[in-house]
Amino acid sequence: MESVSIRDVSLSFGAVHVLEKLNLDVREGEFLVLLGPSGCGKSTLLNCIAGLLDVSDGQIFIKDRNVTWEQPKDRGIGMVFQSYALYPQMTVEGNLSFGLKNQRLPGDDIRARIDRASKILQIEPLLNRKPAQLSGGQRQRVAIGRALVRDVDVFLFDEPLSNLDAKLRSELRVEIKRLHQKLDNTMIYVTHDQIEALTLADRIAVMKGGVIQQLDEPLTIYNRPRNLFVAGFIGSPAMNFLAGAVVKSGHGHAFRAGGHEIALDGYEPDTAIVEAPDALLGVRPEHVEINREAGANGAVSFPATVDLEEPMGADSLVWISLGDQTLSARVESSRRFRRGDTVHVCFNIPMASLFDAKSEIRM
Amino acid sequence: MSNPGSLNIAAASLDAVKDRIDGGPRGPRPRKRISRRNIFIYGTLLVVAIYYLVPLYVMLVTSLKGMPEIRLGNIFSPPVEITFQPWVKAWAEACTGLNCDGLSRGFWNSVRITIPSVVLSIAVASVNGYALANWRFRGADVFFTILIFGAFIPYQVMLYPIVIILREMGLYGSLWGLVLVHTIFGMPILTLLFRNYFTSLPEELFKAARVDGAGFWSIYFRIMLPMSLPIFVVAMILQVTGIWNDFLFGVIYTKPDTYPMTVQLNNIVNSVQGVKEYNVNMAATLLTGVVPLVIYFISGKLFVRGIAAGAVKG
Repeated sequence: MESVSIRDVSLSFGAVHVLEKLNLDVREGEFLVLLGPSGCGKSTLLNCIAGLLDVSDGQIFIKDRNVTWEQPKDRGIGMVFQSYALYPQMTVEGNLSFGLKNQRLPGDDIRARIDRASKILQIEPLLNRKPAQLSGGQRQRVAIGRALVRDVDVFLFDEPLSNLDAKLRSELRVEIKRLHQKLDNTMIYVTHDQIEALTLADRIAVMKGGVIQQLDEPLTIYNRPRNLFVAGFIGSPAMNFLAGAVVKSGHGHAFRAGGHEIALDGYEPDTAIVEAPDALLGVRPEHVEINREAGANGAVSFPATVDLEEPMGADSLVWISLGDQTLSARVESSRRFRRGDTVHVCFNIPMASLFDAKSEIRM
Repeated sequence: MSNPGSLNIAAASLDAVKDRIDGGPRGPRPRKRISRRNIFIYGTLLVVAIYYLVPLYVMLVTSLKGMPEIRLGNIFSPPVEITFQPWVKAWAEACTGLNCDGLSRGFWNSVRITIPSVVLSIAVASVNGYALANWRFRGADVFFTILIFGAFIPYQVMLYPIVIILREMGLYGSLWGLVLVHTIFGMPILTLLFRNYFTSLPEELFKAARVDGAGFWSIYFRIMLPMSLPIFVVAMILQVTGIWNDFLFGVIYTKPDTYPMTVQLNNIVNSVQGVKEYNVNMAATLLTGVVPLVIYFISGKLFVRGIAAGAVKG
C-alpha cells in the first residue's frame, strides 16, 4: 500500500515553474529522503504534501485518500521545521499540547500522549521550560515531539538538522533513525546534506529543477547514478570525470583519453555500451588506485604525476595529473605522497560509470 | 651542565626578552578624558540640550509668576513669589467662548476621543497587517498598495468630503465622528507597521501553527499577539501622541462643546479680549503637553526596543 502518492503535481509562481508534473510514491513505513541543491523544489514539494502550499495541478493522496484540497490539519501529517518553530511564549508542554487542544481532545488523553512522547524523546525533565531555555538539540526534540503527540500517519521533516552543529547533528541523525525503527511511520525528509540522505534513507529521491532525477536505494544511487548530475552531486569528495571517447577495442570497448586506452572489461551497463565520440568516465576517488610501481597488482596502469596531498584523517586525498586531466584518489593516510612524485594509476572499472557527454545519461 | 658558559648566555638573553615584555604596554589602552574629540561631542550635546530646554524653563517659571512680576520683563529670572493661581485658572476657570470652565472640559473630551481611537485603530490595523503578512490572499498586494497610497493623499483634499460623509451618517460634530476619522487616518501607517513586524517573525512558526490545526483567529491571538508586545507599544505611542496633539481634525469635525484640548488651548491663548495673561497661557500649554510627555517617559524604553525589533529568536 502506498502511504503518500503524488500524481502529476505541478506548481508555478507566475512564470516560474517550481515543480513539473512530478510523480512520487512513498511506501508504507518507508523513510524517503528528498535530496537536492537549494532551489531544486524539494522543500516546496514537502510544503505541498503538508498542504501549506496549494498545487497548481495534479493530485496528492495520503493513505489512499485524496487530500489535494484538504487543510494541513486534516491530512494526518506532522511537520518538523529547520528553525524548530517552537511557540516562544509557551512552555514545552504548551507546545506539545497546542495541536491536541485545537483538536479538542479530552484532558487525560492529552496528558497520556504527552507522557508517551516525552518518554520516547527523553524530554520529560524539560516539560515546564520555555523554548528559550533549551539547547538546539533539545528544541529539535520538542519539535519532533509536537508531531509525535498528534499520532500522525506521515512525518515530514524540512531540513531539521541544518541549524545544529556537526556533533549534535550526527547524534540526532542516529536518534531520528532509531525513532523511525521504533515507530515504523512513513517519514519524508528533506535535506541538502548527502550524508544525512545516505545514512537515513530507505530510498532517496534526488531532485533538480523541480524534477526527480533518480529514485533509488542509497547504495544504488551512489554506485550507479543514472545521470551526470546525480553522479556529481552524490559523494564527497566528488566523483572524478575523465573526458574522452568510447571506442571499439578487440572483442569489447575501451575508453580513450589523452592517448591512453582504458579497457572497459567488467563494466556494469544500465543499457549497453555504445561507441561515442564524446563521453565521460566517472570514477569515485576510492576507485582510483595509485601505486609507485607499474603493474603492482597485475592491472594495466597509466603514469601520472602527484599535484597535492590532502590528509583527511583516516585517509588522504591525492590529486594527480593524468595527461592534461586532474583526478583525485583516496588512499590510506599512512601512504605519503609528495608533489612531483610519479605514480601509476589504475581504475576499478566495475564500480565506474560511463556517461554520454550529450545526453548526460549513464550507459 | 657540561657547558655552564652557554647556559649563562641563554639566561642573559632571556632577561633581555623579559625586559622588553615587562617594559611595554600592558592591559587596556589608556584613554584621555579631556580630548579635543570629547570636548566637541559633549559641547555640541550641551548646546543642543540648552537650546531645547530654555523655552521649557521660561514657560515653567512664567507659569508660576503673578502678572505684576511678569510685567517687569525678566523672563529668565525665577519667580520671587511662587503662585499656582495661573494653573488653577487654566484648568478650571479660563473662558473660551460661552464656557468658563477652563481646559478641564477639553481634557476630558480629548480623553474620550483618544482612548477609543487608539484602541479601535490598533485593533483593526494589527489584524490587517497580520492578514497581509501571513495569509497571502488574492489581491493582497493591490490592497496594500492602495492603502499605502492613501497615506500620501493630502489631507486638504479629503476634509470637505468627510464633512459631508459624517453629516450624512449623522455623526458630524460628535465625538464618535472624530473617533472614526482618526481610526481611518491612522490605518495606512499602522497597517504598514504591523505588516512589516509580522513579516519579520519566522514564517515557520505560522506554518507550524497551521499544521497544529489553528485557524485565522487562533493563530492571531495565541501565537502572534503574545510575540508582538513591542510593536503594540510603538503603535500605541504613535497614536496617543498623534491623536492627542491633533488640531486640524478636532477643529473641523467637532463643535465647541466637544472641542479637544488642543483646540481649547488655542482659543484660550488666542483670545483677543482683555489682558494677555501670559502665566495662564503658559500653564495651559504645559497642561496640554503633559499627556504625551508622560507616555514618552513611561514607555520610552519599550518604544526604542519596538522600533529596533527585528528577528525574534524562538
